[in-house]
Amino acid sequence: MKILVCLKQILDPDLPARDFQIDSEKMEAKRGTANLVTNIFCENALETALQYRENHGGEITALCYGGDQAEDSLRKALAMTVDHAILVAREGSDNPDPSAVARVLAAAVRKAQDVGEAGEVDVILVGRESGDWGVGQTGGLLAEELGLPSLSLVDDIQPSADGLRVRRQTDVGVEIAETRTPVVLTITNNEFNVPRIPKTRDVMMSYRKPLSQWSLADLGLDDDEIKAGTSFYEVRELYVPAKEVNCEFIEGDTIAEKIDALATKINDVAASVG
Amino acid sequence: MSNVVIVLFGEAGLDRSAQGVAGAGQTLSSSSGGQLIAVVVGPPQEGMVEGLSALVDRVLVARQEDLAEYQPGSVLQALVEICRPLDAAAVLLGSDVYSQELTPRLAHRLGGSSVADAAQVEWVDGSVRATRSAYGGKAVAVYELKRSPAVIWVRSRAIDPAAETGATAEVSEVAVTLEELRLRIIERRAAEQEGVRLEDAQLIVSGGRGLGGAEPFEELQKLASAIGAEMGASRAACDSGWVPPTWQVGQTGKKVAPELYLAIAISGASQHLLGMGDSKTIAAINTDPDAPIFKHCSFGIVEDYKNVVGPLTEKLAELRK
Repeated sequence: MKILVCLKQILDPDLPARDFQIDSEKMEAKRGTANLVTNIFCENALETALQYRENHGGEITALCYGGDQAEDSLRKALAMTVDHAILVAREGSDNPDPSAVARVLAAAVRKAQDVGEAGEVDVILVGRESGDWGVGQTGGLLAEELGLPSLSLVDDIQPSADGLRVRRQTDVGVEIAETRTPVVLTITNNEFNVPRIPKTRDVMMSYRKPLSQWSLADLGLDDDEIKAGTSFYEVRELYVPAKEVNCEFIEGDTIAEKIDALATKINDVAASVG
Repeated sequence: MSNVVIVLFGEAGLDRSAQGVAGAGQTLSSSSGGQLIAVVVGPPQEGMVEGLSALVDRVLVARQEDLAEYQPGSVLQALVEICRPLDAAAVLLGSDVYSQELTPRLAHRLGGSSVADAAQVEWVDGSVRATRSAYGGKAVAVYELKRSPAVIWVRSRAIDPAAETGATAEVSEVAVTLEELRLRIIERRAAEQEGVRLEDAQLIVSGGRGLGGAEPFEELQKLASAIGAEMGASRAACDSGWVPPTWQVGQTGKKVAPELYLAIAISGASQHLLGMGDSKTIAAINTDPDAPIFKHCSFGIVEDYKNVVGPLTEKLAELRK
């Protein structure tokens, strides 16, 4: 099984709200002192791929369309022991829309197959959404660009007679699907695909592993529409919501007094809904 | 003409989510000047079509049995064929998992744009704008969708339900010949669930990382039972395997808006707040007075949950008698 995992590098979502600032020229968050990290759902996807390879064999390629520091995300993926890594250097906007990204990723998947880097890809894994904008459109758009079936919110992948048997989370539980390959799956988190911490030795080794670097021109996508990344949608306003209420901290001489007061307040609301 | 299409599942009926989608549709079509057209996928629940025809201008029903159970490829193909001739400027869907997964693919096939989790949709200077949270709830962003139709799944349960138009819509049947599927859902398992869906709950007791394990959740459950509340949890608690993933409230979990949300040992990361910020009353039990959750609380108590939950449960049981 040849597995290709798409990675997105984002501003660390754990940046505290008090340090969060907006660049209203560029309509995005200011980088400030925040780190750039691999999007968590992309790492859940990597972990899912690694576990599949451990249990059933296979070969994993990590693919990232990103800026100057995106190589860090791919080195980390190599340290997690993926077999191949491909970086497509982002040009133009730091924040291209998902249609532009999907077109770049699709072209990179095709080129990877053509040059034999990834062989014929059987399954493409994408994080369900990113921790920055969180629009969650790239996986579905990538499936369309490649003309492949897809399923969202997958958290487990197993081989089956005709291809893959996958489990996905729904509003009420889980669904099991059978799919032929190739297929695009968006990955969500569960207790079993928490990304592993790479071993120190593998981190050191990762810097010696080959990493393919492609430009948009290499993919035949060296055009203004892709670089601007605003033909699908454009962010017109971006602001920090002003929503704070004054919390009444329940006081009392003893903890029992405080708990009684808390119980009364909770009961008032509970009683009002019957 | 700038028609607005809403996509609903026959199986789900005219539930709160469907009413919210219709509400968003009315807002948009009243300013775009086009018709509001409801597309019902699969055999509708009893009364659904009648209910809908009081809310929209036209209803198209794809009643066929092979659309009764959701298959992504089939529903996508059906929607593409049904929507294509409708001259839609916007196609709105609900916040369920199926709608979420259909949105980008439907947009691509119709030559349109898409965006997710819109709290509000507007018609501005001939195009559709969607307002939604970004950066894990730290910011609000307004998107202009550049291609038509704008395909958007909306935060349907938090949007005001549609109002009756006073007229009765024209209802017609549509049929689609479905292609063979390469990906097929073969099994559907509902998690064991007592009581109501979390999204519909009026009272929620929720626990977080600070609980440190699965056992304290049993204590929280006793508290929840005392007031008839449902249980929720933060992502940290679900990822640790303490409670099932279906309990997760937040950006990537359930979006809830109960009358009371009681957050216990939850610090209140913006990603969690994104899932419960619309709650009418938020209350918290936390050892840290500077925890972000308190900035959103009506009331709270700065104490270790270990000293509070047991006596609180007893007291509430007493009050509820």
